[in-house]
Amino acid sequence: MFPACRFSLRARRCVGALKAIQAEHVTPQLYSTRSSSSTVPRITTHYTVYPRDKDPRWEGVEMERFADEADVVIVGGGPAGLSAAIRLKQLANQHEKELRVCVVEKASQIGAHTLSGACLEPTALSELIPDWKERGAPLNTPVTEDKFSILTEKYRIPVPILPGLPMNNHGNYLVRLGHFVRWLGEQAEELGVELYPGYAAAEVLFHEDGSVKGIATNDVGIAKDGSPKDVFERGMELHAKVTMFGEGCHGHLAKQLYKQFNLRENCEPQTYAIGLKELWVIDEKKWRPGRTEHSVGWPLNRNTYGGSFLYHLNEGEPLVALGFVVGLDYTNPYLSPFREFQRWKHHPSIMSTLEGGNRIAYGARALNEGGFQSIPKLTFPGGMLIGCSPGFMNVPKIKGTHTAMKSGMLAAENAFSKITDENLQSETAGLYIPEYEEAFKKSWIWKELYSVRNIRPSFHNYFGLYGGMVYTGIFYWIFRGKEPWTLKHIGLDSAQLKPAKDCTPIKYPKPDGKISFDLLSSVALSGTNHEHDQPPHLTLKDDSVPVAQNLAIYDGPEQRFCPAGVYEYVPLETSDGMRLQINAQNCVHCKTCDIKDPSQNINWVVPEGSGGPAYNGL
Amino acid sequence: MSGRVLVGVKRVIDYAVKIRVKPDRTGVVTDGVKHSMNPFCEIAVEEAVKLKEKKLVKEVVAVSCGPQQVQETIRTALAMGADRGIHVEVSGKDYETLGPLQVSKIFAALAKKEQADLIILGKQAIDDDCNQTGQMTAALLDWPQGTFASEVSFEADKLKVVREIDGGLETIKINLPAVVTADLRLNTPRYATLPNIMKAKKKKIANVKPADLGVDVCSRLEVLKVDEPPQRQAGVKVETVEDLVGKLKEAGRV
Repeated sequence: MFPACRFSLRARRCVGALKAIQAEHVTPQLYSTRSSSSTVPRITTHYTVYPRDKDPRWEGVEMERFADEADVVIVGGGPAGLSAAIRLKQLANQHEKELRVCVVEKASQIGAHTLSGACLEPTALSELIPDWKERGAPLNTPVTEDKFSILTEKYRIPVPILPGLPMNNHGNYLVRLGHFVRWLGEQAEELGVELYPGYAAAEVLFHEDGSVKGIATNDVGIAKDGSPKDVFERGMELHAKVTMFGEGCHGHLAKQLYKQFNLRENCEPQTYAIGLKELWVIDEKKWRPGRTEHSVGWPLNRNTYGGSFLYHLNEGEPLVALGFVVGLDYTNPYLSPFREFQRWKHHPSIMSTLEGGNRIAYGARALNEGGFQSIPKLTFPGGMLIGCSPGFMNVPKIKGTHTAMKSGMLAAENAFSKITDENLQSETAGLYIPEYEEAFKKSWIWKELYSVRNIRPSFHNYFGLYGGMVYTGIFYWIFRGKEPWTLKHIGLDSAQLKPAKDCTPIKYPKPDGKISFDLLSSVALSGTNHEHDQPPHLTLKDDSVPVAQNLAIYDGPEQRFCPAGVYEYVPLETSDGMRLQINAQNCVHCKTCDIKDPSQNINWVVPEGSGGPAYNGL
Repeated sequence: MSGRVLVGVKRVIDYAVKIRVKPDRTGVVTDGVKHSMNPFCEIAVEEAVKLKEKKLVKEVVAVSCGPQQVQETIRTALAMGADRGIHVEVSGKDYETLGPLQVSKIFAALAKKEQADLIILGKQAIDDDCNQTGQMTAALLDWPQGTFASEVSFEADKLKVVREIDGGLETIKINLPAVVTADLRLNTPRYATLPNIMKAKKKKIANVKPADLGVDVCSRLEVLKVDEPPQRQAGVKVETVEDLVGKLKEAGRV
């Protein structure tokens, strides 16, 4: 081929690579990416990875921010954040004190990023707003029927729900959580809370003594390549005596705070699941308002944690909310939670409900499953963590809203007494409120989470699901969780994936367009959108890692676990090999990639405010 | 010359949201659905604010017709730089049947009341795609109109408008007072940032009823039925030209 005397360095490298392929029979893909001398195409342009003070395009740009003072700033307008805001204002009115409470929320309207089953236990709500019924809270569907079953490919094995088991739902309500959160927002505004939807908290601000000073909202007008546009404007600083972080599961600011204040040194890492949900308008004859159905088993194998829910809502039209949850500690990189969900819908018992119906909404969100063992420190100078952000979900009950609301209320009560204490001498500029954590430990949240602490970890045994159910039956139902030991989780979800070569690809059936659907049409139903000319908010610490590690070792699991089709491995235009394409506009803010990325290279940061899904009562 | 600009802003369903027809086929579902300011209205507001910044006009007044929720849209306009707002209260059945004719009557009445020199509107709304309000308003006021504007400038006491038309660009000079409707390339709207939203809370929004302006919002149109577009049918692949001709003959097309 090439005369030996005319071998160029490049040719020599190519020949060497070819020889290596012949020698080791490794897939050419691996080698062509390494032997191609082209650099990895630039993916990440966000300023959190490429700071602007070193970027020549930002020279001379005005970076000063407008600042404002509040008493309490709450990040996140979800059940926890709004409950905290409402409680603060209730106390302020009760004690006739002035209190400025500001809530910043990245969604364009309150409730637009809220997604949950949901079966609400009204305990916290009744404590917060005892006259919720008169005020028109949208709790329109009391649970009338409760069914639990184990599914096999063709059959359904009913499991009796004995009173006392965590999944007994008597007294609870099926709600459209997005609408409930919207209602909470209205209650908050009535009390004088300043709500700012459409503005994301992008940065935590610190005093000189290291305590939290407040937050800064996102900058706007940065182009896709990271340079400033004509409409560039800095975000605004909101300073507060105490800042409450209620970002929901796996919040991006909370991620920073864990490191900053070492809040996780005495707890286990959080473990998660991804929940995918759809809303269907079904045939009226099949509609049973108040019926609650849960299942485990098919299509997941016994060692992959997960299950389904199907709730018949009573909101005027024959609506059902259904969804599928997959524990993110799954080991097979070929597993696609979205496709498991679509496949599950074809089970005869589910299909009979959905046949003749119409899908009207879709969404997905990660949820926390670590429970008691994974609760971090909740307070630090200047700030507190509330809601699903630290994570108070009762996993076997599949409920976290009531605990999130209660945590917000406890935070509010303890913050209020500290802020209005005239004799207070704080050591730090931002208030440190350890009383919140003490109150939390004495509350019913703590007792509840303690009693179910061993149920989720009990699934990590040879019998998987069945071992877990036996454990639950014995130790929870009979002994009420009083056993003296606390089982451990198995570690970080991102570390659980096995290399692709050790696993078998899963053959998923093609979507039929009537019961099951393809990913892109589902994403369109979520109404998600982002300003396209902004740096992708799914930032990579190292742009070369996806192809070199995720694709090479795990066959690119992000293509499968992302419920919105953000990650795609596409062939390079000019040479052999693949590159990662990030379709940031599709993102539904579920946070699964940040959690499950085996290289932990993906860092989700908040995009420009008001971007993201437009859920309506999901 | 009062130097006052009226800008119309419409609250519409956000462009990225999937529309769903109501089960009773009388309209689309709007309850709880994400709404935002019509993109062309954003461009209109931006143009008005730019003119104010260049000191070519003195005051920008944002106007919207609808129920309580449109106040959010007016606030966004105020946050972008409008000086004050006018909320024309139209709700319930009247709002469902509100269309360009009634809105242009309202704008015409307001223009006379506020002694406006210029009305800037978006060229059309993304929910009904009517593209009529600007033109009707100009006709009712007997004012010149510069529609589909991609550039607006003052020349002495006239307005020079570059219009985007099918054949290219048309430049016209019109007398003031006039109506201008904004097209996509007129400008890039600025963001309504949080400090401006907070300041906007202090700006005034006046409440007016159509009856106060002497306008009857009764609609001359009745919506009979709203349907989804027909599902796209699968195509058929044929092997030869003869097959194609045969199929076309079958379908009566040839």
